[in-house]
Amino acid sequence: MVTAMEARTQTTTHATMLGSARSGAIAPAVSDAPSPPLKAESRNLSFHYGKFQALKSISMPVHEYQVTALIGPSGCGKSTFLRCFNRMNDTVAGARVTGTIAIDGKDIHDPGLDVVLLRAQVGMVFQKPNPFPKSIFENVAYGPRLHGMTRSNADLDQIVESSLRRAGLWEEVKDRLDAPGTGLSGGQQQRLCIARAIAVSPAVILMDEPCSALDPIATGIIENLITELSRNYTIVIVTHNMQQAARVADRTAFFHLGNLVEVGPTADVFTKPKETRTEDYITGRFG
Amino acid sequence: MTYVAQTPEQIRGLIAKAKRWDVIFVALGIIALGIGLLTFVALFLDMLIDGWARLRPEFFTQFPSRRAGQAGILSAWVGTTLVMLVTAAVAVPLGVAAGVYLEEYAPKNWVTDIIEINITNLAGVPSIVYGLLALGLFVYAFGLGQSIRTAGLTLALLILPVVIVATREAIRSIPGMIREGAYAVGATKWQTTKDHIIPYSLPGILTGVIIGMSRAIGETAPIITIGALTFIAFLPPSPVSMDFPFLSFEWLKAPFTVMPIQMFNWTSRPDEAFHANAAAAGTILVFMTLAMNGLAIWLRYRLRKNIKW
Repeated sequence: MVTAMEARTQTTTHATMLGSARSGAIAPAVSDAPSPPLKAESRNLSFHYGKFQALKSISMPVHEYQVTALIGPSGCGKSTFLRCFNRMNDTVAGARVTGTIAIDGKDIHDPGLDVVLLRAQVGMVFQKPNPFPKSIFENVAYGPRLHGMTRSNADLDQIVESSLRRAGLWEEVKDRLDAPGTGLSGGQQQRLCIARAIAVSPAVILMDEPCSALDPIATGIIENLITELSRNYTIVIVTHNMQQAARVADRTAFFHLGNLVEVGPTADVFTKPKETRTEDYITGRFG
Repeated sequence: MTYVAQTPEQIRGLIAKAKRWDVIFVALGIIALGIGLLTFVALFLDMLIDGWARLRPEFFTQFPSRRAGQAGILSAWVGTTLVMLVTAAVAVPLGVAAGVYLEEYAPKNWVTDIIEINITNLAGVPSIVYGLLALGLFVYAFGLGQSIRTAGLTLALLILPVVIVATREAIRSIPGMIREGAYAVGATKWQTTKDHIIPYSLPGILTGVIIGMSRAIGETAPIITIGALTFIAFLPPSPVSMDFPFLSFEWLKAPFTVMPIQMFNWTSRPDEAFHANAAAAGTILVFMTLAMNGLAIWLRYRLRKNIKW
């Protein structure tokens, strides 16, 4: 079912796309493909750290089962924006949000909405792998246990196994689930964190530069995993690496100095950006 | 600015000079360590030799006596053990809770800044001041008497700042991203604290608790101030009994003495034989402290084994 708000946003999205296709009659196929349903959307979202305004009235859609990449130079607000989706910024002193973010049409700042439930629905993977200093099993089982998602230990075992399988880690760790999660390699730790996030079966997964601490091989594995996961999850990823955005993202948003400069299908943003700032950044003239 | 051109010989000379300083510093360090260790060993051995003749099983099972040869430390070591139990039971939960609150929950503003400064200062307040406070508050205002519970509470107050500071330090050493990881799977603040913050900081907290307890076990001034007895020839009522309800807390109200007071009492006697008793009691007090530290190190090792960063 498409709510009125979603329908409205889809129209605007299409309008943007038409705008992007202006530069040539041979628009790439992606642009013409109908947009998948909307999963989340920010509207006029502004964010302040004390007096500093980190985000300036960001309005942007996030489509279901797609990978949306947020790119931009350091300090442009892309990580802040990402952390708004699960209200991780709530813990930051002096933070203030105006505007709305809706997920499945529901405002996440609604006082009636429990932030704990929101975070069960919107998982997050961080820049540096941050497994708990506990066993691999305990790392994955922690979320499901918190939310009472299983009735029996067998169910829990199953959730842990399927989460690790989906994160592409099961084969490597199935014989040492009791070993500490922190004993794994960096790339494995990051996949463990992905397994931990998907164990509570979220709808959306936020990734904050998930590969920045990893070597190229581990990065490749995670990138393939992201593509794989996007069949079942809506993914928003912040990345510093533009090739990575080009490889994994269906849509890309370019942020600069707290503004959303441009958002559209990845191919469009990279090959025929509407804004000169986007072009300058992508071609390496600044950033 | 220009660089000074140096020949390989000059550079070698510089390196040799730097290395000489290395050697000198190591030597100074060893001397400093040696002075500290030797002093302690000399004092301890002197005490051990003085008290050696008295370190017999009866020494632990006899009450103090007018005859030095028959005097023992039964009431003192039982008193110290019970007082320490009360101290730990009060100071650990209060100190850990206060530390967790200040670090995890309290807003960071000038009020918490002032509280922080005051806690650090409290750790340096002379113990006699705590004794006077306890005399006025616990003994007279609350009417708790000159009892084990008063002594336990007094020493708990004394070590509370140490426990709070140690708890905060231990919590601060936990990376912030661990908290975020827990929040991100939908843990509440309390769940994060209970499942992650406290378990991971427990080894550090334990160290602080033991440092505090080691200080408390040797304290004499505040215990004398609240009016501990120096001569006591009976034990507090037993905490366990054969009759229902099997547990009794009457011992909390009992008069008592502790090891340092027993030693103080004996050293002030003119009879030389009592000095041997004091030396023997001192040796045992040192071993009690060592045992407590040993327990802490073992516990810390056990806890750390489960936490792999």
